[in-house]
Amino acid sequence: MSDAEFALRPVTVPQTVGASRPLLDRLHDWIVTVDHKRLGLMYVGYGVLFLVVAGLEATVMRIQLAIPNNHFVSPQVFNQLFTMHGTTMVFLVGMPILFGFANYLAPLMIGARDMAFPRLNAFSFWMSAFGGLILYFSVIAASGLYGAGNAPDIGWFAYAPLTSSTFSVGHSTDYWIIGLLVSGIGSIGTAANIVTTILCMRCPGMTLGRLPMFVWLNLVVSALILLVISPLTAAQIMLLVDRYLGGHFFDTQAGGSAVIWMHFFWIFGHPEVYVLIIPGFAIASEVIPVFSRKPIFGYSIMVAATLAIGFLSLGVWAHHMFTVGMTSYANAFFTASTMAIGVPTGIKIFNWLGTMWGGKISFAVPMRFCVAFLFQFLIAGLTGIMLSASPFDWQLGNSYFVVAHFHYVLIGGLIFTIFAGFYYWYPKVTGRMWNDVLGRAHFWLFLIGFHLTFDFMHIPGVLGMPRRIYTYDAGRGWELWNLIVSIGVVFQVVGIACWVTNFLWSYFKGPAAGNDPWDAWTLEWSTTSPPREYAFATIPVVASRRPLWDVKHPEDPDWKYE
Amino acid sequence: MATMPEWRGPVGMWCLIAAESAMFIIFVVAYLYYAGKSLSGPTPNDVLRVPIFGSICLFSSSVTIAFAERAVERGDLARFGRWWFVTLALGALFIAGTVREWARLIYHDSFTISTNLYGTTFYSLVGLHAFHVVVGLTGLSIIMAFGLLGFVRKEHARQVRVFSMYWHFVDAIWAVVLPVVYIIAR
Amino acid sequence: MAICAAIFLTVGSLLAYSMVKFRRPPEDDGREPVQIYGSNQVELAWTVIPILIVFVLFLATARVIHAVQDARMPPDAIEVVAVGHQFWWEFRYPQQGFVTANELHVPVSDASHPTPTHITLLSADTDHSFWVPQLAGKTDLIPNRQNSMWIDPREAGVYLGQCAQFCGMQHAKMLLRVVAESREDFERWLASQGSPARQADGATQGRRIFETTACVNCHTVSGTSAHGTFGPDLTHLMSRKTIGAGAALLTQDNLRHWIMNPDSFKPGSKMPAMQLRGNELDAVTAYLLTLD
Repeated sequence: MSDAEFALRPVTVPQTVGASRPLLDRLHDWIVTVDHKRLGLMYVGYGVLFLVVAGLEATVMRIQLAIPNNHFVSPQVFNQLFTMHGTTMVFLVGMPILFGFANYLAPLMIGARDMAFPRLNAFSFWMSAFGGLILYFSVIAASGLYGAGNAPDIGWFAYAPLTSSTFSVGHSTDYWIIGLLVSGIGSIGTAANIVTTILCMRCPGMTLGRLPMFVWLNLVVSALILLVISPLTAAQIMLLVDRYLGGHFFDTQAGGSAVIWMHFFWIFGHPEVYVLIIPGFAIASEVIPVFSRKPIFGYSIMVAATLAIGFLSLGVWAHHMFTVGMTSYANAFFTASTMAIGVPTGIKIFNWLGTMWGGKISFAVPMRFCVAFLFQFLIAGLTGIMLSASPFDWQLGNSYFVVAHFHYVLIGGLIFTIFAGFYYWYPKVTGRMWNDVLGRAHFWLFLIGFHLTFDFMHIPGVLGMPRRIYTYDAGRGWELWNLIVSIGVVFQVVGIACWVTNFLWSYFKGPAAGNDPWDAWTLEWSTTSPPREYAFATIPVVASRRPLWDVKHPEDPDWKYE
Repeated sequence: MATMPEWRGPVGMWCLIAAESAMFIIFVVAYLYYAGKSLSGPTPNDVLRVPIFGSICLFSSSVTIAFAERAVERGDLARFGRWWFVTLALGALFIAGTVREWARLIYHDSFTISTNLYGTTFYSLVGLHAFHVVVGLTGLSIIMAFGLLGFVRKEHARQVRVFSMYWHFVDAIWAVVLPVVYIIAR
Repeated sequence: MAICAAIFLTVGSLLAYSMVKFRRPPEDDGREPVQIYGSNQVELAWTVIPILIVFVLFLATARVIHAVQDARMPPDAIEVVAVGHQFWWEFRYPQQGFVTANELHVPVSDASHPTPTHITLLSADTDHSFWVPQLAGKTDLIPNRQNSMWIDPREAGVYLGQCAQFCGMQHAKMLLRVVAESREDFERWLASQGSPARQADGATQGRRIFETTACVNCHTVSGTSAHGTFGPDLTHLMSRKTIGAGAALLTQDNLRHWIMNPDSFKPGSKMPAMQLRGNELDAVTAYLLTLD
């Protein structure tokens, strides 16, 4: 039997013996699992756990900054807080949650029974988990002789030479480096796995042109990850060489350059933010069509635009370095490339709008989050265009305007779509439906809190407040805005509490959801809720981009129009 | 058109190669950027000698591994074993040459990773490549052991091919590092 | 910004409109709406128009970039060298040959005959950034690299700014004051800064203590034996409004407190507590108070 035949064989349903095995056995199953669904859930659970941790870090920072000259935390602790908050959110929340979604859903959506490399999948998850643990271990262990408990305090982008052994004594910086190095290995493993799965494990009939949008976008993201994590790994290795082997990569006393760290970091860092947001686009591209009752408008253009974004994102990195003193030609080039990337991104927004236009929109909770995402991402993109103009950036860079901008994209864009994805796929994953009242409460509370905090945060930036300061003097005109920003946090916290409560409660007490509560069209909705371990009893054969639409509407199937 | 699950190995290896190439590109960029910028200490012309013998060994090992691949595809396991061994030996010779070169630089010329900018970039780049060769040698040895124990058969040709993709990649990196370090940026 | 606002209003209102108009009605019959897969003309339109907008925006921006970065300084521009330290600013006036700290004085410029100030930016340790929002965009100070910027204040006044690139523990308190003043006031300030330290009677005890303890390792007081450069130049300390680069107002009490324990104002500043007590502390404070 060839591999292909083996993969497509029908599978008999195994009998589950004995409903309740000992707890230890069940935990052991989770630890040794190579099943993409379980690993996906573990990734997501891990990400949500760190979301709460990083959210607490942010809350403490906002308490400190609510009034001028506050003494809620010391400068040292504050500097550690913003470093850990940023690092955690990007590497231990964003990436894992997105890998989790991709891991769980991509094989189901392409009609495969698992990822291409299940054991690599497990290995990569545990590497990522281990990396996070290493980073947080610094909180109790990093200083050695200099006093116990020293989290890194160098900022999430760890500019040299602040990170050299001269200016960063003790081991806090090393925990930052090594934690991320290890987690980066996990990321590369999962990314390779996703690419290979999507290219090699599709069910019969699923050409690349018939991939669901979610899958296409995750393919682009994973390819991008392969290219951009390595520059960070390389820079971190160089930093370790400097710190421990007496190297001079970033040693300005020996002729080394602080700027080259910035280049290497941002060659990773800028595409990384696209790595974070494109899966958000992927979720929106699944949710919006289903709740507008229309297919995605301009599928090919959406895919092409995403490819363009992925490609262009490799050429805009130095817009993080406009103030470094590059030549006017370099600044102009990066202004141009950054503005250019706004074009495909805008096209996507228009296409989502086109999907909604002429549809029959139902505003269930997932759709509310997506609609908010559309408005917010539009604004975030526009502040980004503003910042792309170097002269604007010379004023607003490294100020709270930038902080507001990127939180707008990451929370207003990414987190909102992640919430949408949670509410959309929760019934599939758990078999239960969540509570609508709590869901709407979560939406409104979080929306209000988000806007209170991040709309008003633009203002101190414009008024001259730089970022990464643990306090500020009264009399600069920043006090009122900082206070409002801090108050918004309360709403967000309550919103998150509603969300977590909803999901925990509904898991045990929610009504059964059925296989296809949203009347959707992609393959995962043809499995049971939750899917059996083998997912598909027989591997499906598809003929269009919306296989279930074809099944539900045999008089007007999609393949006539593609 | 059904996709072939047996393409998983090569596709996965290409992904790894892409990621590793990105890493090497950064080290090469650092090397080129810092060329000539050391404030002190030996320059490339003072200490470098082109490792001709080692390079010939490494490049020919790509040829010999291709012979081994072809042998196992045909089911000729004895021939596979022989060419595989030659590949392993050639790779080991390359590393031995690197060790000798570094011993001379460190003990005779007092040129280390911390001597100056050139030292840092040289040892990092060449060392990163050597590390990847050592990983390759480890893989080669394991497969050699499997071969001697009779575990390698004709149906494993695909796995052998995937591994040799890695080995070719290591050679290709040397094809870039060698001219950059030893010829261009002197 | 106008363009961005216009885009936001256009797209935003289309979104809002679609939300309302295409809402599923409560008495919905469950039929699916017309399934539209795309439209090449529409796609073309909303690709070409943004490209044009971006093109125009870019040209306008490129002009400003060039105007700012490649501006030529008139021959009578003031030259200042700013050196960033953890966590204070060193300002050198090479044309006049003196060094000061944390407060930058420049002459007010006027449109008919501009006298901008050209600032060369260096760093003694890690990355910093010079940002006085009302006067100019920020430019970084990076070790082993020379950056350049200019300011051209047209109105007299005191402009506040601070370091805008995270540089360590006290990044938040690395504040800047730029005093733009009339030409006469500026010349007077130059003259007084260029002169050596005042030798006041009644401060000799303090001066002696200053010159025989570790103070001289870090601080310079010109005309004395103190030539340290790790910390700010104190020759004309009292001409400044604040100490610790804005950490506190410069009053007798604050100064005394600062010398006793800088960490109480600015924990993590690089000045150690000087272990001076009682009389010695008062004497040194009194001495420093004479350095105007």
